[in-house]
Amino acid sequence: MKKSFGIKEVVAIGIGTALFIVLTNVQVPFPVVPNTSLQSRVAILTFFSAIYGPVVGAAIGLIGHALGDALFYGSIWWSWVIPEAVFAIGVGILSKKYGIKEGNFTAKKIVMFNVVQVIFNVLAWVVAAPVLDILIYAEPAKKVFAQGALSVIGNILVAGILGTLLCAAYSKLSVKSSSLSKEA
Amino acid sequence: MARLLTYAEKDTWIHRLSGVTKMIFFLLWSIVGMITYDTRVLVVMLLISLVVFKISKTEWKQVGTVFLFILFFLVFNLVVIFLFSPYEGEKIYGQRTDLFHLFGNYYVTKEQLFYELNIMLKYFTVIPVVLMFMVTTNPSEFAASLNRIGISYNVGYSIAIALRYVPDVQADFTKIRHAQEARGIEMSKKASLFNRLKSMAAIIFPLIFSSMDRIDVVSNAMELRGFGKNKKRTWYAGRPLKRNDYFVLIFVVVFCAAALIITFLDGSRFYNPFS
Repeated sequence: MKKSFGIKEVVAIGIGTALFIVLTNVQVPFPVVPNTSLQSRVAILTFFSAIYGPVVGAAIGLIGHALGDALFYGSIWWSWVIPEAVFAIGVGILSKKYGIKEGNFTAKKIVMFNVVQVIFNVLAWVVAAPVLDILIYAEPAKKVFAQGALSVIGNILVAGILGTLLCAAYSKLSVKSSSLSKEA
Repeated sequence: MARLLTYAEKDTWIHRLSGVTKMIFFLLWSIVGMITYDTRVLVVMLLISLVVFKISKTEWKQVGTVFLFILFFLVFNLVVIFLFSPYEGEKIYGQRTDLFHLFGNYYVTKEQLFYELNIMLKYFTVIPVVLMFMVTTNPSEFAASLNRIGISYNVGYSIAIALRYVPDVQADFTKIRHAQEARGIEMSKKASLFNRLKSMAAIIFPLIFSSMDRIDVVSNAMELRGFGKNKKRTWYAGRPLKRNDYFVLIFVVVFCAAALIITFLDGSRFYNPFS
């Protein structure tokens, strides 16, 4: 009876986006490289994509990044909004396989989750973002690839550490599907 | 916490326009602003943006902090572009006129300055329109508007919920941060990178888990009221398109088409004053 896009997903997009926007400027700057930072909102996006799947994740990424940029910075950098969705879809597509909601986020699945996370971070920030920057804004190639390479490190760290911990903690809270045992 | 741009109730004809109109205007405007590198088009767009901004009676105190922030990013971006690619202008305009020598292999060229001037103009044509869109559009009306132009009301509702809950989540965030700081976590520059990541986690964990509860509460409430049962829904804040809306829409479509034609007339998105 459960539809793939129900009320819960609508609300999850809404609240997830609100979280994403609020955390837009909660960042820890890297000590060495200027203009790069560990962005806490990446953890939100990773977590929501892993739990609610690609549609919710992509929507949070697109709406959250666009609105967050508009609300805080007053301008939207579209070439960095779209990769957000690329990443979310990648992480979200296997959301059922992680078994987070069923309380079944085992070591093997944690490894799988992180492999996926790294692959799509690279695809989003080292491939999609710089290519869009060049196509849309005609910025110098060297500059945008350097930016992409720097931001991907931060995002992999945040998604890997905070994202994994969040999923693991949430998984512990949720009920194991096999927690009931049949009485003899 | 930095100040967010928020909607402010005022009575100008821009405020009276429907949210759909403003959104279409804003989207087309920023798309054209993204595509064109034609200096003439950009200057005209900049002038129009400023006029529109003026009419919307937006005050400096509403947007000042945000504007200074953008300015900082803009300058930073221009410097970085120069450092990474000091001869990008030469590549685009096909010639090089050195103005003066800076250091090492870095010469300031006329073409580079012109290229970076265009980037700056691109920023400035879009900024006033985004700022204006954010401070003159009522969020509930905006959600209703989205539905009107054919986007599923689920999406409209998601956005309405997001905008509605931003202040709440922000309040939660501040509360949690104060509580954790009282318990002694260090968020300032003094802490090491790893420790700051840990303190970030100390705030995000409670924030996310309280939000997960909120998702349950809100979605249960909506389910009890029969959300999503029918194909259509009506909106309290919805507004029909009026005469002025059609004027603005016609203007922006014609203007954007003309801008693109002028831009690509010579076969390239760049305007070359050097040849």
